[in-house]
Amino acid sequence: MRQLMLGNKAAARGLYEAGCSFISSYPGTPSTEITEEAAKYPEIYCEWAPNEKVALEAAFGASLAGTRSFCGMKHVGLNVAADPLYTLSYTGVNAGLVIAVADDPGMHSSQNEQDSRHHARASKVPMLEPADSAEALRFAKLAFELSERFDTPVLLRMCTRVSHCQSVVETGDRTLPVKEYKKDPKKYVMMPGYAKLRHPVVEERTKKIAAWSESSDVNTVEIGTQRPEVRIITSGTSYQYVKEACGDTFSVLKLGLVWPLPDSLIRSFVRDAQSVIVVEELDGFIEEHVRSLGIQCVGKELFPPVGELSQSVVAAKLLFKSAETLSVYENIPARPPVMCAGCPHRGLFYTLKSIGCTVLGDIGCYTLGATAPLAAVDSVLCMGASVSSIHGFNKVLGEKSEHNTVAVIGDSTFMHSGMTGLANIAYNQTNSTVIILDNSITGMTGHQQNPTTGFNLRGDPAGKIDLEALCRAMGFERVRVIDPYDLEQCDRVIREELAVSAPSVIISRRPCALLKYVKHKPALRVDHDMCIGCESCMAVGCPAISIRDGQAVIDANQCVGCSLCSQLCPVGAIGGEE
Amino acid sequence: METKNIMIVGVGGQGSLLASKLLGRLFLDRGYDVKVSEVHGMSQRGGSVVTYVRYGDRVASPIIDRGQADFIVSFELLEAARWLPFLKPGGVVVTNTQRIDPMPVIIGAAEYPEGLTDKLRSSGARVDAMDCLAIAERAGSSKAVNIVLLGRLSHYFDFDEADWMSALEAVVPPKFLEMNKKAFALGKEAGNN
Repeated sequence: MRQLMLGNKAAARGLYEAGCSFISSYPGTPSTEITEEAAKYPEIYCEWAPNEKVALEAAFGASLAGTRSFCGMKHVGLNVAADPLYTLSYTGVNAGLVIAVADDPGMHSSQNEQDSRHHARASKVPMLEPADSAEALRFAKLAFELSERFDTPVLLRMCTRVSHCQSVVETGDRTLPVKEYKKDPKKYVMMPGYAKLRHPVVEERTKKIAAWSESSDVNTVEIGTQRPEVRIITSGTSYQYVKEACGDTFSVLKLGLVWPLPDSLIRSFVRDAQSVIVVEELDGFIEEHVRSLGIQCVGKELFPPVGELSQSVVAAKLLFKSAETLSVYENIPARPPVMCAGCPHRGLFYTLKSIGCTVLGDIGCYTLGATAPLAAVDSVLCMGASVSSIHGFNKVLGEKSEHNTVAVIGDSTFMHSGMTGLANIAYNQTNSTVIILDNSITGMTGHQQNPTTGFNLRGDPAGKIDLEALCRAMGFERVRVIDPYDLEQCDRVIREELAVSAPSVIISRRPCALLKYVKHKPALRVDHDMCIGCESCMAVGCPAISIRDGQAVIDANQCVGCSLCSQLCPVGAIGGEE
Repeated sequence: METKNIMIVGVGGQGSLLASKLLGRLFLDRGYDVKVSEVHGMSQRGGSVVTYVRYGDRVASPIIDRGQADFIVSFELLEAARWLPFLKPGGVVVTNTQRIDPMPVIIGAAEYPEGLTDKLRSSGARVDAMDCLAIAERAGSSKAVNIVLLGRLSHYFDFDEADWMSALEAVVPPKFLEMNKKAFALGKEAGNN
């Protein structure tokens, strides 16, 4: 049936049709919906693992056991999973193993703009790159075929504009290939003696895959109708921009397999070319390879390694065309993302700001604690870095920092990679204060369960890790729990834990205000006879409050009655419904 | 047929996803190639959000760029102004006149420009502006702003009413169908030019 399908959903459909039966992933924009959509097929076991390394190792175990397996993550997640990936390249697979990695050019929802293709080359693992939903479906299936045929994990490189674009697909049926597990230590036990035997196999495999792709329809050549002597080499979304801007004007080589690259095909494609242009987002990955073949080409001189491309960028560089635009010639105020009305993180960051803390932050909705008016966060690096870096910070500054510095990390991020940092504080001893923002869900990526929530990916009851018990077991004698809706309590407890010369964990616990089961209080109202227009309530940066005609106004459609603003009102002008 | 471009812009959480779903369904059912690009993740949290809907004989790029939109459908007035440079000369802005202050305005670091509807008009754009929130409430729910806007947008297309209704039926839960049909009809009649 012809239907519109999100790229991620189409990839999930491809996994289903290929007979994939085991999925272990960690959520991360823009990759999350691949696993969420796959979980809608009852035939596929799906789980959220604590992090990407665990997820990939679980998928390896399932592949070893004889089931086609999958693991999905965002680009930075592949750094976490790089350890198993680079050696999985040596062991190869039993049943097919496919890893989707979703890049985020333009950083719509990421902390960097890294190009995952480098991981494919460095780990010597083949990488397919779909350009739309139909290819996401087709390449997910092809990835399993390649995985088993060449005995290798296969990377499926998604990106924001493929993952989060709906385009037309045709679906097919599911087949279910299953393999037997056979003990084979020379293949699966990677100690030096055996790994030395595997490395030449890996090098040979890369050549074989490249040879396969020379004549495979995974790569396609289109001859230009107007200027065929101009040869464009491209892939993925960049191909779509070229087609949108230039139609059939130039000759185009579209690479579906972006590692390893088909040297003979590239050489024959550029023969008698007037010019060779490589159009690719992020790094000059294909361009460098083309140059290494001794072929003159241009790429990054025209298309910078920063941000996304578009049809206009391509049209400007290849056709020297630009579009006419309209404008209201007015300063349009920015509309940055903000913490939602009723967000439990707000009270906590307000407290940290009012105490004047140095705050080492982490990855999640609470990264927004760095934005005005709270502006409470000093650093954000990667998943788990808050807990690890506060240790180094306090080790160096000692008494000067340990009484006013905190690390803040969400529940899901803590399970992902905060625990090991906490172990370092307990072991190597700094008087660090770590605040776990437990909102009982993985928030930013759209509400995924995690090991602390007590529910699995499908929402069924599951194992639940007790954060307090865990921290105590790691050697923290001081573990406190606070309610971020209670500003007085937050202020008192945080000051107490900063004052003591001992490591401590504070758990700031309240479920995300967007969770369906959370019951909201009625919207608060401002008594306009009492409001003196002092704007004290504005200090929390709530999107539901604004000042109109010198007085505070609360938007009843947004307010969930969290009461932070009323706790700050010096004249008691903010209250509930009468 | 040349590809047509519709941008749906607004503030994270306003319900643009349903609007793009309805349009995607409508154009697919009419036999066109379609691409719909959405925003997920961080920018959804009350930030400025945009969805691109493109249809035609063959749609390549998933996005719409500056100077290319035939229509901008805006859930909020400031967002219509923000994305105006994406409108094609001669294109139409269908916008809700609702004002939602962004955080820089709330905290006094920036001002919400006054008279935006007139400024949009004097830029040369064709502007169809209406209080969609009031109309949606008249239809029975403040959440139907998206359908009010689509009702007004439908006025610019020569598709049959039945095509719009079957797309509406495909994306709206049955218990809200009558209310949404009313919102659609009120929106269609509501244009002010």
